[in-house]
Amino acid sequence: MNLVVKRKAINFLALSLSLAAMAFGLFWLIWILWMVFEQGVSSLALTLFTQDTPAPGSAGGLRNAIAGSAIMVGLAMFIATPIAILAGIYLAEYGRTTLLGKVTRFVNDILLSAPSIVIGLFVYAVYVAQMGKFSGFAGALALALLVIPVVVRTTEDMLVLVPNSLREAAFALGAPKWKVIMMVTLRAAKTGVVTGILLALARISGETAPLLFTALSNQFWSLDLNEPMANLPVTIYKFAMSPFADWQGLAWAGVFIITLAVLILNILARVVFRRAAAQH
Amino acid sequence: MPVEKAQEALIPQISMKNLNFYYGKALALKNINLDIYKGHVTAFIGPSGCGKSTLLRTINRMYDLYPGQHAEGQLIVDGKNILDKGVDTIELRAKVGMVFQKPTPFPMSIYDNIAFGVRMHEKLSRNQMDDRVEWALTKAALWTEVKDKLNAPGTGLSGGQQQRLCIARGVAVKPQVLLLDEPTSALDPISTMRIEELIHELKRDFTIAIVTHNMQQAARVSDFTAYMYLGEMVEFGKTDEIFIKPKDKRTEDYITGRMG
Amino acid sequence: MNESHKQGRFGDWLFFNLTRAFAVLTLSMLVGVVISLTWSAWPSIKEFGFGFLTSSEWNPPAERFGALVPMYGTIVTSLIALVIALPISFGIALFLTELSPTWLRRPLGIAIELLAGIPSIVYGIWGLLVFAPIFGQYVQPLIGGTLGKLPVIGSLFSGPSLGIGILAAGIILAIMIIPFITSVMRDVFELVPPMLKESCYGLGGTTWEVVWKVVLPYTRVGVIGGVMLGLGRALGETMAVTFVIGNASLLSNFSLFMPGNSITSALANEFAEASPGLYTSALVELGLILFVITFIVLTCSKLLLLSLEKQSGKS
Repeated sequence: MNLVVKRKAINFLALSLSLAAMAFGLFWLIWILWMVFEQGVSSLALTLFTQDTPAPGSAGGLRNAIAGSAIMVGLAMFIATPIAILAGIYLAEYGRTTLLGKVTRFVNDILLSAPSIVIGLFVYAVYVAQMGKFSGFAGALALALLVIPVVVRTTEDMLVLVPNSLREAAFALGAPKWKVIMMVTLRAAKTGVVTGILLALARISGETAPLLFTALSNQFWSLDLNEPMANLPVTIYKFAMSPFADWQGLAWAGVFIITLAVLILNILARVVFRRAAAQH
Repeated sequence: MPVEKAQEALIPQISMKNLNFYYGKALALKNINLDIYKGHVTAFIGPSGCGKSTLLRTINRMYDLYPGQHAEGQLIVDGKNILDKGVDTIELRAKVGMVFQKPTPFPMSIYDNIAFGVRMHEKLSRNQMDDRVEWALTKAALWTEVKDKLNAPGTGLSGGQQQRLCIARGVAVKPQVLLLDEPTSALDPISTMRIEELIHELKRDFTIAIVTHNMQQAARVSDFTAYMYLGEMVEFGKTDEIFIKPKDKRTEDYITGRMG
Repeated sequence: MNESHKQGRFGDWLFFNLTRAFAVLTLSMLVGVVISLTWSAWPSIKEFGFGFLTSSEWNPPAERFGALVPMYGTIVTSLIALVIALPISFGIALFLTELSPTWLRRPLGIAIELLAGIPSIVYGIWGLLVFAPIFGQYVQPLIGGTLGKLPVIGSLFSGPSLGIGILAAGIILAIMIIPFITSVMRDVFELVPPMLKESCYGLGGTTWEVVWKVVLPYTRVGVIGGVMLGLGRALGETMAVTFVIGNASLLSNFSLFMPGNSITSALANEFAEASPGLYTSALVELGLILFVITFIVLTCSKLLLLSLEKQSGKS
C-alpha cells in the first residue's frame, strides 16, 4: 500500500513540475511580447515612416531603415528562392538515393542551424573584402544564403509527400520528367513550398548578425545597392545600445514593427499550410 | 482506327515472348508468353501478388522510374521490342495509355487535365484542342456532367467522375492501347458500373488490358482472360471458356473461390 | 520521332543538370565557408598557431590576440542556457504530449513555436532594457546572498550586481533555446508507438512512470539530438548574447556575475571597426572556431536524430 502512495506522490510531483515548466515558458513569452507591445505602441508615430534616422538626441524616424530592410530582404528572396526550389527538386526527385543527394541533404540540415554571423563573415570574406566596401548587395547576399537551406528543406519535404501515383499518372501520358515535375508534382506541393518561403522570409526579416559587416548601416536615405544600406535590425542594435532616450524609443518602435511582421508571417505560413493539408 | 468486332481474325497488338521481370534479384514474372489482341479487352486475374499489375506496368515501362527493376525477353508493341535499350519511353507511353487504381487528377483545371497529355505530343490550335477535350470527355461519358465547369479544378469532382476524367485524359492522347490497373477498386458500385459500360464502348477504338481482382468484373467486361499465379501465366483464353470450363485445376480453384 | 519529343528529352537533360547544379551549389556553400574563412584567418593562424586557443590576451593596439576569453564566454553562456533550458523543455514537452487537455495542445504548441520564431534581436533588447535592470536590482543580490555564500561554487556568484554579464546572457539564451529543444522533444515523444505506452499503463503504471520508463528510454537518442540542436543554436547565437554579456575582453575571475565576451559578441562589436590585417584576421579565426564547434555539435545532433528515425521506422 505504501508503495502505491509513494508512486502516486512522485507522479503528482512530476506532473506538477511539468505544469510549472509550461507556465514558466508561457510567462516569458507573454512578458516579452507584452513589453514589445507596450514600449512599441508608445513609440509609434507617423514620423517613423516619413523621417530618416536622426542624429543622437534629436527626433526622427526609421524610414531609411525600413526601406533598406525591405529592399535587401526582397532581393535576398528573389535570389534565393529559385535556387533553393531547384535544389529541393533535385533532392526529392533525382537525388533520394544518390550520394550527392544524401550529402547535400545532410549539409543543408547543418546549414539550417549554422550561426548566421558566420554566414556574414563568409560574405564579408568573399564579397565585401574583395569590393573594398560594405554594401546593400552584400547584405542581400548574406540573407539569401540564410534563405536557401530553409526553402531547400521545405521544398524537398513537400515534394516527397506528393503521392507517387500522381507522378506515375503523368509519366503514363508520355510526359518527360521535367514536365511531370514542373506541371504536376511541384503544383501539387505548391502551398507547402509557399509555406517554406514565408517561414524563410520571417526568419531573415529579423536577422541582425549577418548584416553587421555586410550592409553595415547608413544614417541617411539611400537606395544604392553599392553603398552601405540602412536596415532595421542593425539600427535597432545601435540605438538600443546607446544611452539616448530618443534612440531607445526608436529601437522599441523598430522591434515592434519587426516582431509584428514576423508573427504575421509565421501565422500566415500556418494558415496557408493548414489550407493545403485540408485539401489532401 | 475503328476495328470491326469479333468475327474478324485476331491481330495481336502486343506480344510477349519469354518475358521475365525482376525486382532487384527477385523474379516476379516467369517466362510469360501471351498475345493481347487488337480491339479486344483482355483481363488479368489472380490473387494479390501474382504479378498481374507488374505485367501491366511492364507494357508501358512504368518500372523505369524505379531503380533495380528490370525486364528481360521480348515485349513487342507495334512491331518493336519495347524492352530494347534505345526505346523512347515518351513515344511508347503516347501509344500506351494507363489508368490507375486510385483516381489521380492533376492539380489543375478539368480542361488542363485533358490537354496536359495532348500538349506533350501534338501542337494543336486552341479550337482543335477544345474539340479534342470535348471528344475525350464524351468518350469517357463525362462531357455532359462537366461541360459547364471545364475551368474548375479536377480535384473537385467525385471519385467516380475523377476516374472517368483520368480515362478521358488517357484517351485524349489517342493511344492504341489502354492499360487499366484495377480502375474501379476505389469506387462505389454505381461508378463501377458506369466504368464497365465505358470499357465496352472504348474497345471499338482501343485495345484494352485490364487488371482486376473482381472476377465478376473480368467476366462482364473482357473478351479474353489470363489467370496468373505466383508470377506465372497459368491459363489464357476466351473469357467464356476460362470461366465455364477452365483447363487448369488452379484456375478452377480460384474462380470457384476455393483459393485467393 | 516528333519535334516535341526531342524538346522533351533535351528539356529533361537540361532540367536535371540545372537542379543538380543548384544542389551542388548548396553543398558548396559549406565548403566555401570553410575555405574562405580559413583563407582570411590564415595570417592569424600563422602568427599565433595553437597558442591562439590558450591565450587570454586580446590587445588590438599591440596586435596580440588569443581566443580564450571569447571561447570561455561562448561555452559558459551556452552551458548555463542548457542547464536551465533542459529541464524546462522536458517539462513542457511532457505537458504537451501527455498531460495537456487535447483542446489546449494545439494553441500551446503554436505558442511555443511562435516563441521560436521571434528574432533574437527582440530577446536582446528586452534582455538589455527590461530584464537586466530587474535582474541586477532584485535577483542577483538574492543569489549572491544565498548561493554566493556556499563554499566552492560561491565564487561563481560573487561580485557586484551589474545586471548584465555572463549569467544574464546565459538566462536570455535559455529562454531563446527552450522552444527549439521543446519542439524536438515533443516530436520525438510522439514517435513512441502508442501500444508501448498503453502496455505500461496496462500494468498499472502512472503517467510519470510511463514517461520515465518507456517514453524516455525509447526516445533517449532523439532527446539528446534535440538538446544538441539547442546547444548548436546557443553557441552560434549573436544578438541575444551581445546585448547583455557586457562585452569585456578581460577575464579577471570566474564569477558569472562579471561581464564577459563571447565569440559572437566579439565579432558583432569589433569586426566592422577592426583595422584590416592581423586584427580582422584574428576575428575571422574566432568565427572559424565557432563554425567548427557548431558544425561538430550539429552533426552529432543530426546523426542522433537520424538514428532514432531509423529505429522507429520513419525515415
